[in-house]
Amino acid sequence: MRSDTSIILQTATRMLVPLLLLFSIFLLLRGHNDPGGGFIAGLVASSAFALHLFAFDASSTKKLMKVESQLLMGVGLLLALLSGMVGVVWRGQPFLTSQWGTVYVPGIGELAVSTPLLFDIGVYLVVIGVVSTILLSLDKVEE
Amino acid sequence: MLFAVISGFVLAALVPRLSPVLGTKIGWGLAVLPAALFGYFLSFWPRVTAGQTVVLGHEWIPSLGINLNFMVDGLSLMFALLITGIGTFIFIYAGRYPQGHKDIHKLLMYLLAFMAAMLGLVLSSNLISLFVFWELTSFTSYLLIGFNHEQEKARKAALQGFFITAGGGLALMAGLILLGNIGGSFELHELLAQDTNIQQHPLFLAMMVLILLGAFTKSAQTPFHFWLPNAMAAPTPVSAYLHSATMVKAGVYLMARLQPMMAGSEAWMLTLSLFGGVTMTVGALMAVCSTDLKRILAFSTVMALGTLTMLIGIGTPHALEAAMVFLLAHALYKGALFMAAGTLDHATGTKDVRELGGLRNCMPQTALFITIAALSLAGIPPLFGFIGKELMFEAALGAGWLSTLLIGLSMITAIAIVAAAALVAIKPFYGALKPTPKTPHEAPLAMRLGFSVLALLGLLLGLMPNLAEPLLRAAVSAIGGTPVAELQLALWHGFNLPLLLSASALVCGGVLYHHWERIRDSLAAALDVPAYGPERGYERMMNGLQVVAKGQTRILQNGYMTHYILTILLTTIALLAYAFWSEDAFVYSLSFEGVRFYEVVISLLMLVAVVYASATHLRLGAVAAIGVLGFAMAMIYVFFSAPDLAITQILVETLTVIMLVLVLFRLPGFQDLSSPLVRWRDAAVAGTFGVLVTMMVLTVNQSSLPGEGITAYLVENSYVVAHGRNIVNVILVDFRALDTLGEIFVLALAAIGVNAMIRFRWETQK
Repeated sequence: MRSDTSIILQTATRMLVPLLLLFSIFLLLRGHNDPGGGFIAGLVASSAFALHLFAFDASSTKKLMKVESQLLMGVGLLLALLSGMVGVVWRGQPFLTSQWGTVYVPGIGELAVSTPLLFDIGVYLVVIGVVSTILLSLDKVEE
Repeated sequence: MLFAVISGFVLAALVPRLSPVLGTKIGWGLAVLPAALFGYFLSFWPRVTAGQTVVLGHEWIPSLGINLNFMVDGLSLMFALLITGIGTFIFIYAGRYPQGHKDIHKLLMYLLAFMAAMLGLVLSSNLISLFVFWELTSFTSYLLIGFNHEQEKARKAALQGFFITAGGGLALMAGLILLGNIGGSFELHELLAQDTNIQQHPLFLAMMVLILLGAFTKSAQTPFHFWLPNAMAAPTPVSAYLHSATMVKAGVYLMARLQPMMAGSEAWMLTLSLFGGVTMTVGALMAVCSTDLKRILAFSTVMALGTLTMLIGIGTPHALEAAMVFLLAHALYKGALFMAAGTLDHATGTKDVRELGGLRNCMPQTALFITIAALSLAGIPPLFGFIGKELMFEAALGAGWLSTLLIGLSMITAIAIVAAAALVAIKPFYGALKPTPKTPHEAPLAMRLGFSVLALLGLLLGLMPNLAEPLLRAAVSAIGGTPVAELQLALWHGFNLPLLLSASALVCGGVLYHHWERIRDSLAAALDVPAYGPERGYERMMNGLQVVAKGQTRILQNGYMTHYILTILLTTIALLAYAFWSEDAFVYSLSFEGVRFYEVVISLLMLVAVVYASATHLRLGAVAAIGVLGFAMAMIYVFFSAPDLAITQILVETLTVIMLVLVLFRLPGFQDLSSPLVRWRDAAVAGTFGVLVTMMVLTVNQSSLPGEGITAYLVENSYVVAHGRNIVNVILVDFRALDTLGEIFVLALAAIGVNAMIRFRWETQK
C-alpha cells in the first residue's frame, strides 16, 4: 500500500468505490429508457477503479477487481456475440436480431429480459476491461 | 446433401481424437467416410442417368441471395464419384505412406478438409458458395503442399501455388458476380435453365476473361502451369489426390459447367482451344524432359488439363464426349501412377528414373499395375485411355478452321506422352538392376491396393466401355446443354484417320524413348526459355512486391507519431479540398439569431483553452487545457439536450486526464526540438485542416438528406420496435448493434496493444 497518499482520500475511496459501482449498475439497467447504458456505466465503474488505483496501488486494485481485466474484455465480447447468436439459433433470424421475453422470478415477479440488455452488459464489461487494462499497464510505467 | 458435404470437415476436426484410438489403422478407418459418400452418390445414379437434375437447397444468407444449394447432374455426379472413389484409396494409402511421420494425422486432416471442399465445389449450385468452396480448395491445398514445412522448397511451392490460384480466385469472384448480375440469378441451375442470351451483354467479354483467369490458374494452363510441378514437394498421396481427380480439375469443371452458357461465343472457343492446345503441348514436352518420376507425372497432368480445356473449347458434341472420356480415363490412370510412383520412392528411396532399373523381379505387382496404367496414359488398346485418345483426335479433326493447328499440337503431344509413359513404366522395371539407396522390396497391401484397383478399372472400362456409358452420357448432356441420345464408345472404330494418327504417334514415341538419353539434355535446354519464362516472371513480381512493401512501410510506418498525424491530416485535407473543388459544394448561411449568452461564453472558453494548450511550455498545463476543452464540449451537449453524449464526454475526459497524468511524469523534460520552419508547417497544416472541417460542418448543416431522413425513423420506431425510450442507447445496442460490436472489438484490441507495448518495454528494461 502506498504511504504517500492522503488518508482522507483513502477513507473516502473506501466509501465511494462501492457507491460508484452500484451507481454504474443502476446506469446500466436504466439505460434503455433514460440516460445511461453499457458504455456510460462501464466508464463510471472504471473511474471507480481509477480512483482506487490513485488512492492505493495497482496490486490492491487488482485484488479488489478479483478477476484479470483482460478476462473482463473477453467475457464482454463473448456476451455481445452470444446475444447476437440467440436470434440466429432460436428463430433462424439474421445475426444480432433482438429478442424480447419475460421470465418469472420467484419473489420479484415478471422480469423483462432481452438480448439488447445482454449486449449492453457485454459492452459494460468490455469498457471496464479496456479502461482498467490500460490504467493498470500505465501504472506499471510509473513504477 | 449438406451433411454429405460437411461431413468431411467434421471428421477432419475429429482426426486428432481418432488417431490415438486407431493407431496405424487410421488410414483404413478414415477411408470409411469417402467410401460411404461414394455409396451415397451412387444412389443418384438412376435418377441422373435418366436425365434428371436433382437440386437440394439450404438457406445460408437468403437476404443476399447466397444459399448452400446443391445440384446433382451428370457432370457433378461424375466429379463427386471420382472425388469420393479415388479418395477412399488415397486415405488407405496415406495412412501408410509417410510411415512413422509425427504429423501424419495432420496430413489426413488436411486431406479430409480438402475432399469436403472439393465436393462442395463440384456440387454447389450457388455461384457464391461455389466460390467459397473454390477458395477452400486453394487454402487446403496450400496446407497440403506445404506439409513438409521444414523444407524451404515445400514452403516456397505451397506459397507459389497459393498465390497463383488465390490470385486467380480473386478474378474469378469478380467474374462470378458479373455472371450473376448479367444472368439475373446466382443459382447455376436457374442460369442453365433460362435461355436468355448472356453473350449479347456488353460486359460478357470482361466476365469471360475474369472467370477464365480463375479457371486457368487453378487448372495450371500455360502461362500459369509452373506451379503444378513445383507442388510435387507435397507428399505423394497429396499429389495423387490433388493432381488426379480433383483440385486441378476444378478449373476444367468450371469451364465445363459454364459451357452451355458460353458455347457459340467465338472468343470463348478460341481462347479455350488455343490455350488448351498450347498447354497440352508444353506439358507433354516438359514431361519427356524431366527425370523425376513425380515431375514427369505432373507435367503429363498439365498435358491432360490442356487437352480437356482444348476439347471444351472445340465444343462440338464429339469434343465434349472426348473430354468426359478423357477426364475419367485420366483420373483413373493418373491416380494409379502417382500412388505407384510414391510406392517406388518408398521402396527404393529415389524418384529419379535414371537411377532406377530392373526392378520387375523385386516388385512384380507394382511393375504389372504401373504398366497397365502407363498403357492407358500412352493411349494403347485395350485400355480406356485409348478410347479417350481416339476421341480426342476425332474431335481435333472436327474443329473447323483450327483443326490443322490442333491436330499438329495433338500429334506432338501424343508422341511425347508415349515416350513419357515408357519412361514411367519401362525404365524403372526392365534392363539391368541398378543399385538404389534402399533395398527394393514389395510395398504393403495398403500402398498397393489403390493403384491396383484404379489401373484394373482403366482396363475394365477399356474392354467394357458401356459400364460407364450412362454416366458419361449424362455428363455430356450436362455440358452440352442438350440431352444426348447415346455415346459410341468402342475400342474398334475401323480403319480411319484417328487410328492412323494413334499408330504413328506410338511408333514415333517409341523411337523418342529409344533415343531419350541422348536427346533429353538438348531438348531440355531448348525448352528452358519458354518453360521457365513465366516462373521467372512470377519470382520477379514477388520480389518487386517485397521491395514496394518495404518502401511504403518505411514511408508510412516510420514510427514517428507526428508523421502519422501529419499523414492522416494531409490525406483528409486533400480529399476534402478535392471534394469541395470538384463539386463546388461549399454552401453556408450564418445567422447568429437565437444564440444565447452562455453559449458565447463557452465558445470563448474553448478558444482560450485551445490557444493556451498549443502555446504553453507546461505539459500539465496543456493537459488541463485539453480537459477544459472537453468539459466545454460536454456543456454544449447539455445545452442541446443530449444527456447521454454529455455524460460520456465528461467521463471520457476524466479518464483521459487520469491516464495522461499517469504517464506525464515519465516523459523527458520539455524541450524545443523542432525548428521554427517545422512549427510553421505544422501550424499551416493544422490551420488548413481546421478551416476545411469547419467548411464541411457548415455545408453539412445546409444540406438535407433525401426523404424524411433517418432521425424521424429512429424517433418513431425506438419504442415501438425496439422497446426503448432512450434513442441513443437503442441505436447503440439494437439498430446499430453490429457497429457497436465492431467498436468494442477495436477497443479491446487497442487495450491489448497498449498492454503489450508497455509490458514489452517493462520486461526488456528489467
